[in-house]
Amino acid sequence: MEYILILIAAVFVNNIVLAQFLGICPFLGVSNKVSTSVGMSGAVLFVMTIATITTYLLHQYLLVPAGLEYLRTITFILVIATLVQMIEIIIKKVSPPLYQALGVFLPLITTNCAVLGVAILALGLENGSLLKAVFFAISNAIGFALALIVFASIREHLELANIPKGMKGVPINLLVAGLLSLAFLGFTGLV
Amino acid sequence: MANIISQKEIFLKGIVKENPIFVMLLGMCPTLGVTSSAFNGLGMGIATLFVLLMSNIVVSLVKSQIPSKVRIPAFIIIIASFVTIVEMILEAYIPALYEQLGIFIPLIVVNCLILGRAEAFASKNKLTDAVVDALGMGLGFVIALTVLGAVREILGNGSIFDFKFVSENATTFILFILPPGAFIALAYLTVLFNRINIKNI
Repeated sequence: MEYILILIAAVFVNNIVLAQFLGICPFLGVSNKVSTSVGMSGAVLFVMTIATITTYLLHQYLLVPAGLEYLRTITFILVIATLVQMIEIIIKKVSPPLYQALGVFLPLITTNCAVLGVAILALGLENGSLLKAVFFAISNAIGFALALIVFASIREHLELANIPKGMKGVPINLLVAGLLSLAFLGFTGLV
Repeated sequence: MANIISQKEIFLKGIVKENPIFVMLLGMCPTLGVTSSAFNGLGMGIATLFVLLMSNIVVSLVKSQIPSKVRIPAFIIIIASFVTIVEMILEAYIPALYEQLGIFIPLIVVNCLILGRAEAFASKNKLTDAVVDALGMGLGFVIALTVLGAVREILGNGSIFDFKFVSENATTFILFILPPGAFIALAYLTVLFNRINIKNI
């Protein structure tokens, strides 16, 4: 039951993009086509899960016993940056088709604040355990995917719409994101 | 003389022509996430300005020592160190702001604005230019965040910098201090900024 609540909270109520504003850059940047947004979501799911497992273990078994919690930010960002590079190399060797689908998105993920954000937020979960942290990361990645894919499908339709001159480009995208966020606001109180 | 003019240009381009928020769209997460009031926007802006300034200085000083293959990880370590310093200072001296900004303080590390300036400007230019560039870009960021925070606070709460100018039970657009308001307010501010920019050119 507790796990279902985490899932619903992360996907709908506290959606990582639309309510917590993490990962806005890929949200606005790679959302012009549904196919690219699916690829990006896959890459985020993959990296977010592995990054959270690694940083959680590192925090629990290295930083806390050594009393070095203040080095959290610096360690996590280094681990994530290295991890992304490593995942890229491994996927390239092991599964070329997967690399073709996710490859171009992987370098972009290093500066995706959603990955670092979720890794840090996972430390603050109530009665935290590794399993819970992993589940939290996966739920957030699904939330990210949902927001990104819905947003991309709306943007595909917008290309045919007649938009006022001053609103073209960034402003209309932000406005659409605002309305989408408003829709998600309706889920408040669900959990 | 030429030097002074070009430094003035470097400074101004960060505020108007290449404004990090309204034109370049860098560092959007903290921009949208913390600007529910003018004070939070200003605090986040100044914290980012400090990290940007310090990292530009250090990157510009050590640029010839860093092999180009590992420059990005090296820049990230420099930035992360200053973010940790900011985190500790805020926690010790302004705990209220530290609580409010929360997760967005460690996330200054992944603010593309800072890494972007280190890579695109500080690693190629001399110290004084790098300082001017950081001040210009940082100030552009502070102004954008404060304006966005002020607009949201005025519309959503009827106050500015916690100074309330409507009566206690007056109706305000609460929407603007909620998440959707961030997107909507920024959308219209960008339209406004583009209009002003086009008129100037």
